[in-house]
Amino acid sequence: MDTTAAKPGRPSEALSATQLQEMYYFARLAREVEERLIILFRQSKVIGGLYRSLGQEGESVATTYALERRDAILPLIRNMGALMTVGVRPLEIFRQYMAKGTSNSRGRDLNIHIVHIPDPDADEPVIVGPISMLGDSIPVAAGIAMGARMRASMTSARAAAGEARDRTRVAMAWIGDGATSTGAFHEGMNFAAVQRIPLVVVAEDNKYAYSTPISKQMAIQRIDERAAAYGIPHEMVDGNDMLAVYDVAKMFVDRARAWEGASLIGVDTMRMQGHAQHDDARYVPKAMLDEWALKDPLVRYKQTLLERGVATEEQIGEIDRMAKSYAASEADLAVDEPMPDPSNVTRGVYAGDDFAVPRVEFVKSPFASGRAGLQTRHHV
Amino acid sequence: MAVITYLEAIRQALFEEMSADERVFVMGEDVAAYGGAFKVTEGLLEKFGDKRVIDTPISEIAIVGSAIGASYMGMRPVCELQFIDFIACCFDMLTNFAATSRYRNGAGVPIVVRGPSGGGVGGGPFHSLNPEALFLNTPGLKMVEPSTAYDAKGLLKAAIRDDDPVLYFEHKYLYRRIKDEVPGDDYIVPLGKAAIRREGSDVSIITFGAMVHTALDAAKQLEADGVQAEVIDLRSLAPLDRDAILTSVAKTSRAVLLYEARRTGGIGGELAAILAEEAFEDLDAPIVRIASEDVPVPYSPPLEAAFLPSVEKVVARVKGLIQY
Repeated sequence: MDTTAAKPGRPSEALSATQLQEMYYFARLAREVEERLIILFRQSKVIGGLYRSLGQEGESVATTYALERRDAILPLIRNMGALMTVGVRPLEIFRQYMAKGTSNSRGRDLNIHIVHIPDPDADEPVIVGPISMLGDSIPVAAGIAMGARMRASMTSARAAAGEARDRTRVAMAWIGDGATSTGAFHEGMNFAAVQRIPLVVVAEDNKYAYSTPISKQMAIQRIDERAAAYGIPHEMVDGNDMLAVYDVAKMFVDRARAWEGASLIGVDTMRMQGHAQHDDARYVPKAMLDEWALKDPLVRYKQTLLERGVATEEQIGEIDRMAKSYAASEADLAVDEPMPDPSNVTRGVYAGDDFAVPRVEFVKSPFASGRAGLQTRHHV
Repeated sequence: MAVITYLEAIRQALFEEMSADERVFVMGEDVAAYGGAFKVTEGLLEKFGDKRVIDTPISEIAIVGSAIGASYMGMRPVCELQFIDFIACCFDMLTNFAATSRYRNGAGVPIVVRGPSGGGVGGGPFHSLNPEALFLNTPGLKMVEPSTAYDAKGLLKAAIRDDDPVLYFEHKYLYRRIKDEVPGDDYIVPLGKAAIRREGSDVSIITFGAMVHTALDAAKQLEADGVQAEVIDLRSLAPLDRDAILTSVAKTSRAVLLYEARRTGGIGGELAAILAEEAFEDLDAPIVRIASEDVPVPYSPPLEAAFLPSVEKVVARVKGLIQY
């Protein structure tokens, strides 16, 4: 089962021990943030539903880890790991889930619907949170990458040749198996393929779209075969093997950055809980959950780190404690923050009404002193 | 000033805005080599190249969705829909996503979605739509529809420079039938401002698009009967120029709401509500709506003529209103 054994030439071979630990930290932090959200949910402090990514933290982190700081991410509801990896402060998640006036959307939108559109030329991540009309994020992701490419070409007209490529942004969008059945997904994928847009789509086969099994979603056997229709490279990967996911993601991200076009990663994984907390997922066979519980991505990745001597039990225990206490302290901060001022309800629909939008707060990970290139990743 | 067609005025606006601002680009079906189904974008490819004049697959969701994404990155996309009827294919992207973006997270969407609207040319059920009512209930979008070549150019330039998503409806009946004097240099027609096309004291005909010309023809006939009709061209449907509407009705005390879309649930209902709420004391007669019949747009000329508002229908209804 261990596909993470070292093979020469794998991109993950180039990751330092600090980076390998950092990936573990992000995945653990995503899980701990959601564990705190469960507590807040049970205290009726979460407004609306709570959507767990349990079992999918590893692939969310490992795909995002292949990106550079300026790149764009379009996570869906089960990609908390992506937000943690680009350095979104956990406080932002708690504010959003509790509909606080201090949240990124100022209480106007749900859960992880966080958006960060930086100045077009700024070295900051682009974040477009989930678009609930699933599939819509694919054309939008294609447009972000296309727009950034156009923008890079514009400024490069005044700069040295070759600079444009360095200034572009790769877009990465995640999409569940159910959402790949939409027309928007098809239109966006096809457009990105024709225009050779630097887009990497992570198609997650997590076995169920709400209650609908993948067998009722598509007649193909592997989700990545969706990409064959667009004539773009695609690969299926064990989604609970973080380094295997990273390897494929890095290969496709590098390809996108070299302006060689779009690609799709098929991720084989499992949604370990219901669609949201109200859903007991009784339609999922227990044997299936038991089988996948043995393949938990954090447990497997921890094992890899131990086997390779990248980290000790003590070090991993320390990361676990750090993530847990950080999530708890961030949740505590958010609880006391104010709800939105209702007198602002009609503001900010159109330009010219400069109703303040809080910028997303980014934080550096405790591991960001690692390899060159990642040092400033989380410091925006 | 040169006299040019409504269609040439739209093209001139695109040329000028693309020349002045390298962030502006055009995308849509058959817009590049072919120059668009109605030739609105003819010559753009030669001047600006295929990076800024993009032929897309037949994918309205991808056209509008990617335009939104590109606008996030500082670009100013202008999307052409080959017929405005196809806007239904990207309705979700416009109403659920683009329109809510600024309100949700402060992310503005400076895009223009333009396309040929309206009937009177035998376009039938799939090529004759007047879509404004579909979007009137969606805050966050702006909508304009010019009736003159001057406005066609000025409104499109304003729409491209606007920081919010603007739906720009160009009435295909007017493309080559309407010509007027258009400055060859830079000007805009501001969004949200109506124009008085004809002054009158007896009745206000509040309208826009091709119906402005129907109203003006009707006003000429009514003048022979001693009725002075004022014709208000809304130009912008969102935001509406409420002051212009209320000022005119305060003067004339009678309101006719003339629009080419189907009557029920149309913009006339909203205008009537505004007048009922804010001009009740000014009115001397019931508010009258003149619109198309509540059926799909029929194809054959006698059917379409029976379906659409006409000069004769307007004259007859206004005469009835004056006698109230």
